[in-house]
Amino acid sequence: MNFDVDFALSTLPAFLVAVGVTLQVGLIAIATSLCVALINAAIAVFEVPVLKRLVRLYVELARNTPLLIQLFFIYFALPSIGIRISGFASAIIAMTFLGGAYLTEILRAGVAAVPKSQIESGLSIGLSRWQLLRHVILPQAGILSLPALFANFVFLLKETTVVSAVAVPEILYTTKNYIALYYKTYEMLAVMTGLCVLLFVPLSLLLRVVERRLQHGQFGS
Amino acid sequence: MASSGLELLWVSAPQLLTGIGRTLGISLLAIVFSSIGGLAYGVLRNLGIRWLDTILLIYLEAFRAIPVLVWLYLFFFGLPIFFGWSIPGFWCAVLVLSLWGISETGEVVRGALRSIPRGQREAGLAIGLGLPGLYGRVLLPQALQRMTPPMINVFTRLIKTSSLAVLIGVVEVIKIGQQIIERTYESVLIYGFLFLFFFLVCYPLSAASRVLERRWSHS
Repeated sequence: MNFDVDFALSTLPAFLVAVGVTLQVGLIAIATSLCVALINAAIAVFEVPVLKRLVRLYVELARNTPLLIQLFFIYFALPSIGIRISGFASAIIAMTFLGGAYLTEILRAGVAAVPKSQIESGLSIGLSRWQLLRHVILPQAGILSLPALFANFVFLLKETTVVSAVAVPEILYTTKNYIALYYKTYEMLAVMTGLCVLLFVPLSLLLRVVERRLQHGQFGS
Repeated sequence: MASSGLELLWVSAPQLLTGIGRTLGISLLAIVFSSIGGLAYGVLRNLGIRWLDTILLIYLEAFRAIPVLVWLYLFFFGLPIFFGWSIPGFWCAVLVLSLWGISETGEVVRGALRSIPRGQREAGLAIGLGLPGLYGRVLLPQALQRMTPPMINVFTRLIKTSSLAVLIGVVEVIKIGQQIIERTYESVLIYGFLFLFFFLVCYPLSAASRVLERRWSHS
């Protein structure tokens, strides 16, 4: 079992592209999930009658099923009813479906943690519901939920590995591809592990710092 | 369509049940190992032995920072070439999920143990309990309430994550579903069924966790 250094190095450009794809999928999914969560939080705050229940249903469905099934449903099942979506788009949609639900829960908890007196005083000085959300609830709820939000951003970035299953050329897909093409299992596992350590371990450590910092920096404490 | 769909599920029931058995088998084994391992991890971290803490922390960081699928590939493709151990996909999935599960449950147990007032520990030691007695009869029973809801959440995550086993070639419920689709092209029905299956297993667990959390947060 010899380690073919030249081969490992020759794959690095492809792996750099793969890291780019991982980050792209992860960051886009985080942004879209956050949009979904903000809309859902607004629905919860405004207590929109029917939509409120739909949001609950969505959150439970998305949180209690695996990302892989959500992904397979979008990529493999939807084409049979005439909806054809690329691997990349499927990945974004599935991860938004999952991430949106997780972030909704977090924002909901954040909103719930804003003291009632804040909302009442906002209403009593004549703020509209929208102004209340924009100037009173969201800024405070945002700060309260920052550690959990950040933890879920990291979680979503890690979940991008799953989208390798629908041929999105991120790190794991590239690894499997090279193993299948050249049988250089040893080298490719080493490159995969190295890249994942470089990418995810600093994030995980940063997460620890953020959690510790923000515990003491909360509004009003 | 609806009746033929139900018919297909009915005809495929024996096959699907085998797959469900395999999926739940992986999940249950991982849950059992994660619970036992997590208790051990939590107690060991609670003892305050420096060098042991360092080792356990590195283990924890490794399994929490690196995605489970990476570990699955590493064990499935790596163990044969690094150590010459060829491990069946099923057991590879159980092993990786358990190791990851322990890193999650371990942290839960550690936190729960830490939340118990110091006096309990000191009182236990003062009446002459050894470490097994102290943890088995005083600390862990008290920590049980606090750690049960988050533990259940880890279990649902284990069940959901067990789906990744299909990616290392385990013939579990998703793979069986894919085989049925190859024959019948009923992809919406089968993936719909798989979606519902995981939901029906996981939802009661997360609901139970939420109820317990609410009920026990007052005491």
